[in-house]
Amino acid sequence: MLFTSYEFFGFVVVLFLAYYLLPKQCQWPLLLAASYLFYAAAGPQFLPYLLATTAATYLAGRGVGRNLARQSAYLKEHKAELSKEEKKAYKDRQKRIRLRWVAFCLLVDLGILVVVKYTGFLLSNVSGALSLLGWTGELSFVSLALPLGISFYTFQAVGYLIDVYRGTVPAEENPFKLALFLSFFPQLIQGPISRFGDLSKTLYGPHPFDRHTLALGLQRVLWGYFKKMVLADRVIVAVTTLIGEPGTYAGAWVPVGMLLYTFQLYADFTGGIDITIGLAQALGIHVEENFNRPYFSKSLKEYWRRWHISMCSWFRDYLFYPLSVSKAMQRFTKFSRGRFGEHVGRRLPVYVSTFTVWLATGIWHGASWNFIVWGLLNWAIMMVSEELEPLYERFHSRFSWSNGRGWQAVQVLRTFGLVCVLNYFDCFSSLGTILGLFASLFTASNWSILWDGSLLELGLTGLDYGILAVGAAVLLGVSLVQRSGSVRAKVGALPYPARFVVWYGLFLVVLLMGAYGIGYDASQFIYNQF
Amino acid sequence: MEQNAKKRVWPKVVLSAALVVGSLFLLQRLLVPKYVDDIIEGAFIAEYYREERKDFDVVFVGDCEVYENFSPVVLWEDYGIHSYIRGSADQYIWQSYYLLEDTLRYEKPDVVIFNVLSLQYNESQSEAYNRMSLEGMEWSPAKVKAILASMTEEEHFLDYVFPILRYHSRWSQLTPADVEYLFTTKTVSHNGYYMRVDVRPAENVPGGRVLADYRFGDNAWKYLEMMADLCEREGIQLLLIKAPSLYPYWYDEWEAQVEDFARERGLPYLNFLELAEEIGIDYQTDTYDAGLHMNLSGAEKLSRWLGNYLTEELGLTDRRDDPELQAIWAEKIAAYEADAQAQYEYYGMTEADSRPTDAGEGI
Amino acid sequence: MEELLNILNELHPDVDFTTQENLIDDMILDSLDIVSLISEISEVFDVTITAKDIVPDNFNSAKALYELIQRLEDEG
Repeated sequence: MLFTSYEFFGFVVVLFLAYYLLPKQCQWPLLLAASYLFYAAAGPQFLPYLLATTAATYLAGRGVGRNLARQSAYLKEHKAELSKEEKKAYKDRQKRIRLRWVAFCLLVDLGILVVVKYTGFLLSNVSGALSLLGWTGELSFVSLALPLGISFYTFQAVGYLIDVYRGTVPAEENPFKLALFLSFFPQLIQGPISRFGDLSKTLYGPHPFDRHTLALGLQRVLWGYFKKMVLADRVIVAVTTLIGEPGTYAGAWVPVGMLLYTFQLYADFTGGIDITIGLAQALGIHVEENFNRPYFSKSLKEYWRRWHISMCSWFRDYLFYPLSVSKAMQRFTKFSRGRFGEHVGRRLPVYVSTFTVWLATGIWHGASWNFIVWGLLNWAIMMVSEELEPLYERFHSRFSWSNGRGWQAVQVLRTFGLVCVLNYFDCFSSLGTILGLFASLFTASNWSILWDGSLLELGLTGLDYGILAVGAAVLLGVSLVQRSGSVRAKVGALPYPARFVVWYGLFLVVLLMGAYGIGYDASQFIYNQF
Repeated sequence: MEQNAKKRVWPKVVLSAALVVGSLFLLQRLLVPKYVDDIIEGAFIAEYYREERKDFDVVFVGDCEVYENFSPVVLWEDYGIHSYIRGSADQYIWQSYYLLEDTLRYEKPDVVIFNVLSLQYNESQSEAYNRMSLEGMEWSPAKVKAILASMTEEEHFLDYVFPILRYHSRWSQLTPADVEYLFTTKTVSHNGYYMRVDVRPAENVPGGRVLADYRFGDNAWKYLEMMADLCEREGIQLLLIKAPSLYPYWYDEWEAQVEDFARERGLPYLNFLELAEEIGIDYQTDTYDAGLHMNLSGAEKLSRWLGNYLTEELGLTDRRDDPELQAIWAEKIAAYEADAQAQYEYYGMTEADSRPTDAGEGI
Repeated sequence: MEELLNILNELHPDVDFTTQENLIDDMILDSLDIVSLISEISEVFDVTITAKDIVPDNFNSAKALYELIQRLEDEG
């Protein structure tokens, strides 16, 4: 059930009616039922994976939570009689029990993810390596269909368990409440990766009906549909054409492809998240923001603080920090300082942990080499710019104009260009293809495609490009306005007729210009008359 | 205070809702295709409902082989038979069946004529044809069932309820006709007949490709059975025909199956391909698209023969003594002749050469 | 406290750490800064800061950070 299907509209309407008409204590159980219905509609065969992850996470969370409670009760009770050493020994014993729970949960949750998402990739690489050694057999693996949203709910589950282990959040005793946290339908398929501590504050209600909250939520949903249906689903036609034939669409087509894909990705992903957050808001539930006007970033590092925030902070909190401050890493720091001197020695451990994080980020995005290279390129660029930092600072203090708005605009554009290039790695699973495309850029002789009408052969008409251009301008305008506060609040402050025109107008734009349904095509009706 | 606030909110809500509903309705009217200048056969199904006297003696159902080959005007002028063609492009048999059900909500004809070519399809082939057959129907259980029986995989029922969802992107292709016919429409057929006067001789008609399986599908058979049952129940004479179109190719194997069915059910079946010579169809002059469909000359020859058959064999009576019907038909005949003259002029033809009169009939 | 301020100033000489209260929320300290900060602190104060301690509340000001160090010293 896609967000853009009629079924989803019907589902949401029925859900909202029931949600606000039934007694308040029914609200979260209703959401759970709706979420599982939503998930089952995508494919009932995926339910076992979700259930297994939920069960393992629930049991491990409860195990850890009860152990923590037992430990503090025991320490309190025997406060007087235990020596400091005895206390420490007891705590270590308990910690090992908790770690066993964590290991069990990670094994199940990440195990499922690895098996369904990465086995094919691993095997193809293994057999590739073996064939280099002269082996001619073929490793076969029944490729499993990837359960919807598995990367997202698995990360939520792991994040929850680590938080319980760290004592940041209490363990959830009600398995159904935890099941709802992991399956909450607006965010099940594409995130954001919510933290239990954030989402659980409002997820379980009760939520009395409030038409202002409902209106604000639905306005956000509408804005999301505008991005997704009018812009993303329109430009996808051209993007598919460009990606489908990398042999044809090389040279000057490459920047066109990068730009259109980056536009599609932005409109689709941020639009989808707008729908998610808006739906949740309309249900009275607060989901954390996942984007913060990412294309206004002045560096790649800043971009990664503003794009897909929930994923980046997940990697930061659950991988980067634990790795960086681990005992092993501390030892490594000491070792490398002794070995390579103060400067390099201090940097090396950071490189190692950031490298790991970006490798993992690449792998998380998809089971193929292009994503791995993409992740590592991100890492390399950020590390290089980190090293050049002193140079930049000298540059900025030497040239005062470089601190002005003009130079900032250059930085923003530069970062945007970089992101466009990096994004193109998403599109081709073959590294050779991507590198070939980038190489073709330098020998290109087909720049005339930019103005000779070739752009109209990608499946988009001049009118489509017009809509996309206006749409891009609207996105930019809204982002600019948003810097000084919520756009919806600003519209909300207008007199009623103006508000009506804005929101109903946006609705009409989605209705009329949305790229949905069987596009009416007059040529379809010109048929052989029989 | 609370009371006051509520009072002030309601007019706002009602006004906004009215504005939304009204503008969406207008937009929908504007965006749906009007079928008045182009592809006029899309308008045929809806025209039936505007008929004043729906007590037709004969109702045709079927695809273009009915609406381009028979002229109700001739049936009236020569035999006093009051008839209507509920035909549409590529009308599938389930659509013909439900159009018949729909027709029975208004009247009970003596004879229903069904053209058997559509038996070749076991499921709907194209969304565009579905649209043209179904959109014009007035809402009734028959329409709902027709839609459900017709939808291809990519279609949604909701698109039929709210056509604006289907035609939402047509705003970029609107023509003045979309505004002119926002609320009105004009009659584009002659009791469901699509008139063409031009000539394109049939030459080198291709033979049929070899098919893997010549048996009609189960679904097609089901609806033919249903149609025969319905007519039997209602006491309507069902007449099966195969129009004299040379193409799409009518296979001997198909012919045999239809003949068997007609024999089993005791139904009359006329294959006009075999009767063409007897009727006097000349494929050099009587078709406008090289044998696919009759032009006016061919359709009139065919209709004269059919009228004779309906009168002689199926016992239909002459109703030309009904003054009301006479008045209605007088108007229709005038429009029909005007259309014919306009077309002769448009194609640079003379009527005398191209349209044999009764006397010149080749029987 | 003096030692901590020295470490911080070495990291970002341009920031006045005695007054800043939003080091994380205003993005003055990024994740790389935090890691090197922790590495320095663990050496100078002989405490172990683990990943669970890395929350904005503990790193938003020098004062909060100092309190964290004291807490860890007490526990250890």
